[in-house]
Amino acid sequence: MHSMFKRTAAALAASVALAAPVSAELTGELRIFLDTSNPAPRATMEAMIERFAAQHPGLEIETTVIDREAYKTQIRNFLTADTPDVATWYAANRMKPYVEAGLFEDVSDLWAEPEIAENLASTKGAMTIDGKQWGVPYTYYQWGVYYRKDIFDELGLSEPTTWEEELANCQKIVDSGRACYTIGTKFLWTAGGWFDYLNMRTNGFDFHQQLANGEVSWEDDRVKQTFANWKQLIDMGAFIDNHQTYSWQEALPFMVQGDAAAYLMGNFAVAPLREAGLTDDQLDFYQFVAINPDVELAEDAPTDTFHIPANASNKEAAREFLRFVVSADEQTEINNGKNLGQLPVNAKSSVDDDKFLQEGFKMLSTNSPGGVAQFWDRDAPAEMAKVSMEGFQEFMVKPDNLDSILAKLERARQRIYDN
Amino acid sequence: MFPKPIEKQPRAAQISYQAMLPVALLLWLGPLLAVALFSIKPEADFTNANYWGLPSSFEGARNYGQVFFNSDMPRYLLNSFLITVPTVIGAVALSCMTGFALGIYKFKSNLWIFFMFVAGNFVPFQILMVPVRDLTLDLGLYNTKTGLVLFHIAFQTGFCTLFMRNFIRALPFELIEAARVEGISEWRIFWYVVLPLMKPAIAALSVLIFTFIWNDYFWAVVLTQGAESQPVTAGITSFNAQFRAAYHLMSAGSIVAALPPVAMFFLMQKHFIAGLTLGAVK
Amino acid sequence: MTAVDVTEHESWFHRNQQRIAPWLFLAPGVLFFMVYVIIPVFQSFNLSLYEWDGLGAAEYVGMRNYEDLYWEWVDRDAFYVSLKNNLIWLIMYLLAIPAGLFIALFLNQTVWGIRLYKSLFFFPFVISQVVVGLVFTWFYDPTFGLLNELLGLVGLGPLNVLGDERFVTYGIIFAGLWPQTAYCMILYLTGLNAVDPEQIEAGRLDGAKGGRMLWHIILPQLRPATFIAFVVTIIGALRSFDLISIMTQGGPFGSSRVLAYYMFEVALSEYGFRMGYGAAIAVILFLIMLCFIAYFLWSMYREEKGH
Repeated sequence: MHSMFKRTAAALAASVALAAPVSAELTGELRIFLDTSNPAPRATMEAMIERFAAQHPGLEIETTVIDREAYKTQIRNFLTADTPDVATWYAANRMKPYVEAGLFEDVSDLWAEPEIAENLASTKGAMTIDGKQWGVPYTYYQWGVYYRKDIFDELGLSEPTTWEEELANCQKIVDSGRACYTIGTKFLWTAGGWFDYLNMRTNGFDFHQQLANGEVSWEDDRVKQTFANWKQLIDMGAFIDNHQTYSWQEALPFMVQGDAAAYLMGNFAVAPLREAGLTDDQLDFYQFVAINPDVELAEDAPTDTFHIPANASNKEAAREFLRFVVSADEQTEINNGKNLGQLPVNAKSSVDDDKFLQEGFKMLSTNSPGGVAQFWDRDAPAEMAKVSMEGFQEFMVKPDNLDSILAKLERARQRIYDN
Repeated sequence: MFPKPIEKQPRAAQISYQAMLPVALLLWLGPLLAVALFSIKPEADFTNANYWGLPSSFEGARNYGQVFFNSDMPRYLLNSFLITVPTVIGAVALSCMTGFALGIYKFKSNLWIFFMFVAGNFVPFQILMVPVRDLTLDLGLYNTKTGLVLFHIAFQTGFCTLFMRNFIRALPFELIEAARVEGISEWRIFWYVVLPLMKPAIAALSVLIFTFIWNDYFWAVVLTQGAESQPVTAGITSFNAQFRAAYHLMSAGSIVAALPPVAMFFLMQKHFIAGLTLGAVK
Repeated sequence: MTAVDVTEHESWFHRNQQRIAPWLFLAPGVLFFMVYVIIPVFQSFNLSLYEWDGLGAAEYVGMRNYEDLYWEWVDRDAFYVSLKNNLIWLIMYLLAIPAGLFIALFLNQTVWGIRLYKSLFFFPFVISQVVVGLVFTWFYDPTFGLLNELLGLVGLGPLNVLGDERFVTYGIIFAGLWPQTAYCMILYLTGLNAVDPEQIEAGRLDGAKGGRMLWHIILPQLRPATFIAFVVTIIGALRSFDLISIMTQGGPFGSSRVLAYYMFEVALSEYGFRMGYGAAIAVILFLIMLCFIAYFLWSMYREEKGH
């Protein structure tokens, strides 16, 4: 706690010095659209905007918060008509349709500024399409295995690091009458997380990205190997039954009630698990195990972003806002445990003391040499993401259909990347 | 009467019929009663897997209080009213006129225009989706209640015209001829002669359209987003996202969302059924 | 000068009043209907020849979208599944008609409180499909659903209806049948009210009873009710969207899609950016519906001429 305060204070001092010279001259209206509709993130963002407003009294700021799910379809409309000056979105391929339609502003100039170039280097790739940057990140979070430490202790298990240990652990958990993993695949993307990890561990980060970019056949033997590994888990009964009818939240109780021992999820799962009554003694985290020793470990760490729409009217103020959002002290502040509870994108920021954030930060900065992926539905084009995640879900329910599923995905690949 | 009246059957048959009625009703409404039961249970019952037993405590007031005071539900309900009522007025007004024109006057294209309305009424919504959405966007009415109301009025005019025209056809035509002989203008005939006779049809149609529009989900999803304009059918999905896996609240929310048309039905039952069954008998 | 004009104008209007009046009365309704219904149908036909992501410029691709649909059909992909499910919907949904008739016959008595029973039997129809969908989702829930409780009592199950690609469509249709049966029931109750008692008496004298009476004497008199029930059921079946969207979102792995839902999914859902392709699916759905529309219009036309 003490050290965090010191770090925060230092970061604060550093960035106040930086922010001071540019303030005061901005005028006009700045309209900001946010998809952070859940109560905690919403309050965080609003507080951050207030701090920005305090620095720029001449600016009239209007904030609109839209339901996170609704936002995903609404963005198509407000980027063309009634356009805000700043809008939240997601990195990588998820922003591609809007970049290609010329609806996002090229902000490569911001990324050329030393402040951003140096401190945000690790996320630059995720913001780049056609060699240009189209926005800035404001938060990211790790994925990994959240597990019931008390159940592991009861069964005498320790955190696995290899596939053999993973399978051995899982067998013991299954033998104790539980499922190894809870999951809810009704909305498909959770199965995308499993595919990300299994494929990156089996074939490596580069192969995974080639697959997302449509450069490899789905009927390739390497892809089949990924599914063969997955099938080992499915066949031993590692996953809860009926997962295709649950959302990710509806799958939480299985872990809370001890019917499942672990959950492969993003760090946002921690909050509801704690709310449901799991203490930090019961809940722990480990990095997804290595499968193929010849490939480097790579992680999923989805990045949430801010963009300036091409049709924005106050781009000068918008750029200033983007600079503000990624500044070291703001990054420390909005990502701390009381606010977003995620990881800051600025290398000079400090990470909250929360044990999961610390562990995730350490994992991503020191033990992810292979690279960092955004998440399957952000790395692959929308259509391919949809049809493939449907295939993953089918595979998890009917592993024997693998050949017909892969044939279907291969047909989809040939159509989707063709044009 | 068919089947044979139960009073003329043996006493045993009468009793067993009387006993079967409530049982059948219970089965018929079973899923709904289950939701009603959920909505008065405390959250603890769900975490303790006491799904079907008696509520461990009565939490109806608290659950419904949550729905009304701690969610966007009142706003969605208000939106639904602000969408439904103008649509009812608009669609009924337009169709009184179209129904009058098609029911009273004889002209060449009469039947074709009538068929256009009927055919349009049967069209699958989906074929209108993209163009109507674009039109609404172009008009700057996307995500507004007005945009939704305008479309609903237009689309419902099809069904309402069918209804009104057939109703007017059945009115005594001599009344209109007598008025014409006296030199009363056509507009006045519509206003003073025909419209008063159409009151039952207007009542029936209003109740029907109220229910249809209140229950619309598809267009609410296509043309609106967010609590400022979404009606309750679409709002309930955001509501459920907010209270994911909180079955007691989702149940209470569903019941609240379903209530207005149900109330409308029980209050205006006669008109409602008259409207629905128009044409079911000759 | 102007005064003369006005009177002449008035008298012209007066003289031609009966020819002009219908058009004035029709104008607002027809205008609205044209703009929002008729013209969009043609726009969709046009759009189905383009590739458009809803953001940039549309690109003319001729029949490519339809070709893609054809290949989806050949490969038994989403379009095939949707079309097959639409057919299942059409057939199964018609069960609402006999079921409605059955309940109507059951309730067509004059015992004490029967009016309330009729209302309560009817009222699933007034509930929004969204709520019906939620109610049945919970009814089928694999962990706590009433269905599995009931199956458990007779030693069957458990069944995950909405998670099993073999049952899911039937499960949703069953939910849809609930309000639809109520609708058909009310149509038949009204129809039964108007059945000519003399014919029933005559039938009884001829020794007709039960099934024979129903088939030969009652049903012919219920034809108008049956016709309407048929029309609304067919339309309801082809429009099925709400229930699928609420209960399964087309899942598991796309096995409960129908054309109406698939179209929305392709064009407007989270991962959907193919407006032209969606329009092509809608056109197919429209053409299927057109067969029925033509049939309805034809029978209405016959009736009109018969008047």
